Amino acid sequence: MTEHLLQVSSLNKHFGGIYATDDVNLAVEQGKIHAIIGPNGAGKTTLLAQLSGQIKPDSGDIEFGGKSIIHYSMARRAREGLARSFQITSVVMPMTLLQNVMLAVQGTGGHSFRFWAPVSDDREMRDAAMASLAEVGLDDRADRVAANVSHGEQRQLEVAMALAMKPRMLLLDEPMAGMGKEEGAMMVEILNRLRGDKTILLVEHDMDAVFSLADKLSVLVDGHIIATDTVEAIRNNLEVQRAYLGDSHA
Amino acid sequence: MGMVPRSVSAWCYAALLAVLALAPFLFEWMEQPFYLDLLSRGLILAIAVISLNLILGYGGMVSLGHAAYIGIGAYCVGIPAYYDLYNGWLHLALALGVSGLFALVTGAVSLRTKGVYFIMITMAFSQMVYFIFLSLEEYGADDGLVIYARSEFPEWMSMDGATSLYYWIFILMLLSLFLINRLVHARFGRVIVGSKFNEPRMQALGFDTYRYRLACYVISAMLCSLAGMLLGNFAGFISPDMISWARSGELIFMVIIGGVASIFGPLIGTLAFVVLEEGLSAITVYWHLIFGIMLVALVLFGKGGIHGWLSMLDRKRVEHD
Repeated sequence: MTEHLLQVSSLNKHFGGIYATDDVNLAVEQGKIHAIIGPNGAGKTTLLAQLSGQIKPDSGDIEFGGKSIIHYSMARRAREGLARSFQITSVVMPMTLLQNVMLAVQGTGGHSFRFWAPVSDDREMRDAAMASLAEVGLDDRADRVAANVSHGEQRQLEVAMALAMKPRMLLLDEPMAGMGKEEGAMMVEILNRLRGDKTILLVEHDMDAVFSLADKLSVLVDGHIIATDTVEAIRNNLEVQRAYLGDSHA
Repeated sequence: MGMVPRSVSAWCYAALLAVLALAPFLFEWMEQPFYLDLLSRGLILAIAVISLNLILGYGGMVSLGHAAYIGIGAYCVGIPAYYDLYNGWLHLALALGVSGLFALVTGAVSLRTKGVYFIMITMAFSQMVYFIFLSLEEYGADDGLVIYARSEFPEWMSMDGATSLYYWIFILMLLSLFLINRLVHARFGRVIVGSKFNEPRMQALGFDTYRYRLACYVISAMLCSLAGMLLGNFAGFISPDMISWARSGELIFMVIIGGVASIFGPLIGTLAFVVLEEGLSAITVYWHLIFGIMLVALVLFGKGGIHGWLSMLDRKRVEHD
């Protein structure tokens, strides 16, 4: 038996007549990078939003580390170790990169009803945040304001924040979105370094990146998973090629 | 971190605090006791505005009902005084307790909403308080209530006399500044500021933002009730008029004039407001018009308020260095 960190069973979500998530079953193995691909509008982000607790599913169950988290709030799931990065860059823009990551560290360190000691004096928190920034190669820009760094760097910051939460699992929503070739290659390298160490569920459009990173692939079409297999097998799967690869490689 | 100011704005604030600390002697020497009255009222309002800035400036919670907490604080002096209960500690405990409780209940409801709805619901709750006090015939209804003596404290910290009361006000104002400064730089403050800019992200980081924002709202309300308690003592008279939503609007203006989300902004904003109001109304009866135009200009062109302008001086100096 392989151990599944995340187990999704019979998940459903519809908006009016549209089935955004249609009977999705998904199991992510501990320590693996599991990618979800699918054409635009297939419901990838909606699925991630349900996993992270941002959207409530209509039915089905989500088990994380052996227990159901379906009734947990977004904040509670984050504290349980399920960290999410956003497709649209979502950081605290007026804060510096370091302050952003320190927030992520703070989120892991118990409650924040601490009213007196200045955060800037907290060496331990600062060091932990710097370590996460170093992991994504941003440590030399720690004191820059988030709004003033490049888009690619903001994406890296997203990942640094997710890492700083010391999560058991990362949910990454298109970490390469809007990146240039070089920035994209850098992100692949960053994620590759996390391989084995972190369990990752990756939603990504960039096929080259997915094929080079993923241990396993699921293909989502119209809210339904039509195939889950190794990268090789998926590549050769005709049905998938018609539904997805045909679209973007035509 | 030394005690020597390191920038133009810091020097300005240090000088301002020094002047405020010596104000009673200064005005006595100038033989202008009325100025001490004006300044006392200004600093009382400053405490209310400092408290409002915590939720509005740092937390992004625009409350149009903050004057309710001034009213609650004032009535917590006035109503006991009506029954000849002048114990200052009682007044203080009542003000903090009642305002905290009221903020907890109304905040729990209000903070379920966002943006314009939050503005409207906080205003609705404050109007509720307004009409409650308006309907209390026993306590003077819309005529208000005269308070014949000040809250009683031990001899060394007595409020009696204009100078003693002024130092009560000044010290509480200083403590408010200090409290907010600690709060916003601590873990709690980071969560509050982060939630202002990106609440979903803060939740994704594991923060139950609602609980933190509610706590922030309660702290702000309790601090504001101190301003009310002081105002009751200072004016010797309370009426529902203190609570009207127009009063709350003025508090918001004072925050904006001074500069939102800055430690000293509310203080200078309030002083500027009070001085302008006094000065303009002495010149013409149409002072509201001039005042209105100045406020519109400030909102349009003066982003960051007075604190923002002072900070620009800091930046210029850095460039010259």
